[in-house]
Amino acid sequence: MPDKRERHLLISGFGGQGIVLAGDILGKAATLYDHKHATMTQNYGPEARGGACSSQVIISGEEVLFPCVEEPEILVCMSQEAYTKNIKSLRPDGTFIWDTDLVHTRKTDMHFKTFHIPATRMAEELGNKMMANIVMLGFLSAIEPVVHAEAIRKAVMDSVPASTKDNNIRAFNTGREYGTSITKGLVKPEPGKHQD
Amino acid sequence: MVAKEVLTGMHFMNGDEACCEGALAAGCRFFAGYPITPATEIAESMSRRLPQLGGIYIQMEDEIASMAAILGASWGGVKSMTSTSGPGFSLMMENIGLGICTETPCVVCNVQRAGPSTGLPTLIAQGDMMQARWGSHGHYEIIALSPSSPQEMFDMTIRAFNLSETYRLPVLMMADEVVGHMNERVVIPYEDEIEIISRRKPSVSREEYLPYKADDDWIAPMANCGDGYRIHVTGLTHDERGYPAMNAEAQERMVTRLVNKIRKNRDKIIATKNLYMDDVEVVVVSYGISARSAMKAVRDARSEGIRAGLIKLETVWPFPEELFRSVAGSAKALIMAEINGGQMVLELERSVRGACPVKLVSNFGGAIIHPRTILDAISKAAKGKL
Repeated sequence: MPDKRERHLLISGFGGQGIVLAGDILGKAATLYDHKHATMTQNYGPEARGGACSSQVIISGEEVLFPCVEEPEILVCMSQEAYTKNIKSLRPDGTFIWDTDLVHTRKTDMHFKTFHIPATRMAEELGNKMMANIVMLGFLSAIEPVVHAEAIRKAVMDSVPASTKDNNIRAFNTGREYGTSITKGLVKPEPGKHQD
Repeated sequence: MVAKEVLTGMHFMNGDEACCEGALAAGCRFFAGYPITPATEIAESMSRRLPQLGGIYIQMEDEIASMAAILGASWGGVKSMTSTSGPGFSLMMENIGLGICTETPCVVCNVQRAGPSTGLPTLIAQGDMMQARWGSHGHYEIIALSPSSPQEMFDMTIRAFNLSETYRLPVLMMADEVVGHMNERVVIPYEDEIEIISRRKPSVSREEYLPYKADDDWIAPMANCGDGYRIHVTGLTHDERGYPAMNAEAQERMVTRLVNKIRKNRDKIIATKNLYMDDVEVVVVSYGISARSAMKAVRDARSEGIRAGLIKLETVWPFPEELFRSVAGSAKALIMAEINGGQMVLELERSVRGACPVKLVSNFGGAIIHPRTILDAISKAAKGKL
């Protein structure tokens, strides 16, 4: 069993979506700005783009020894393949977060704490779908505050090209506002896509 | 803005990037390499950072040429390195031998992935440990280090350069895919807190200087090309002048010194980290990423009341055989955790000479060893059921 003090997250999608960058930003935020220990490892295949890809993040008050996330408590899926591959690993009481437009879930998933956001569509509306990962981080920060939002904002600023900083912060805030409004029950999420 | 040589401060970076920063902090200003997963980020970081510092980055046609280029750069007086993974490490073998024979300081970082051959390019193994020891032909001694975290990638790369400059040979960093690709906190100290060692220069006149005549510690002072001293660099067996000498006596004299400069200085080179070793019954031995699984298993065993301890090899070559011989007398068992079919465990068995049972916990690569697997072996060993 993983150490109880450790928070285990799995962010998954396909190569090119910035999945590893999202994990890197989260770990950086926890380490440099929240002054915790964090370990981020990545899984990917030989393909440069399009293949299944994931980043595993462990955040802890103490040094992390075993860096693998086997049973995440928070699972983020940004592709159907990532969902199919990883949903079985999520802890029964875990939080399942996905991109509304990219993942068809099953009704049986609804025993998890479930949240979804059209992150890629929102990023497109903000001008660049490559920011879907940052929208997702904003959403995650509202749903599961494992790292302070301000810490993530600082880590985003450290991690993206200078000319895109403003847009990325906007993307983060968009995702966070959407998440906050859902957790407060201010808006009803648009229906997700189920298959059964 | 002027780029900094030493990025003092706290960072969240991966092991490959930390290796690059460690090299730069150690004074490396020449990198020749060929990108290969999972070592590519070392080359990539070097290609960005070295030009900022007035250094040289060359992407070579292959790993044979890469290794040759860093030897040449070192003789030119510049601290140099290359990085690679399994297939490239195989190609480097002949010129690593040239570096040993010509006593050329440099660093080679092998971020190990699973083989044989192309194997699993993006997944871990620790299968090149014996290749590191014996992969080049002929008889020689080698120094190899094994980092377990991005922080150790930084720290040990500096040590690798210091060892290579002290003992005049290629020093191997035997990293692995998980450590290379893992992001963690890396604290980079102030520049004046980092110990930097550079090759010993000749202290005699140009007329008296012999490039392969050792001091009392078996190490020969090194003049760089262009310093004005007469030098000759050849992979043929040579005398103290560096001239080829094709006979058994010259061979005996040269190889004795190449071997002794490491063997006679083993105590200064070997480094281990020992945990919970005071009252230990079951000793786990490991290195690289596997040592972290081992540490977790040892801590879990302690919480179950089993007197387990860990010896983490920071230098894997030379192997600390005296240490294990002394530990074996009082231990119930030694357990080696490594990601290969059993390589360093052979050295462990050889060292303890049957004084206690030695058990291997391993897989052939693709995944790191689970702490539970090691804990099971510890439990069995504590009950005398290995």
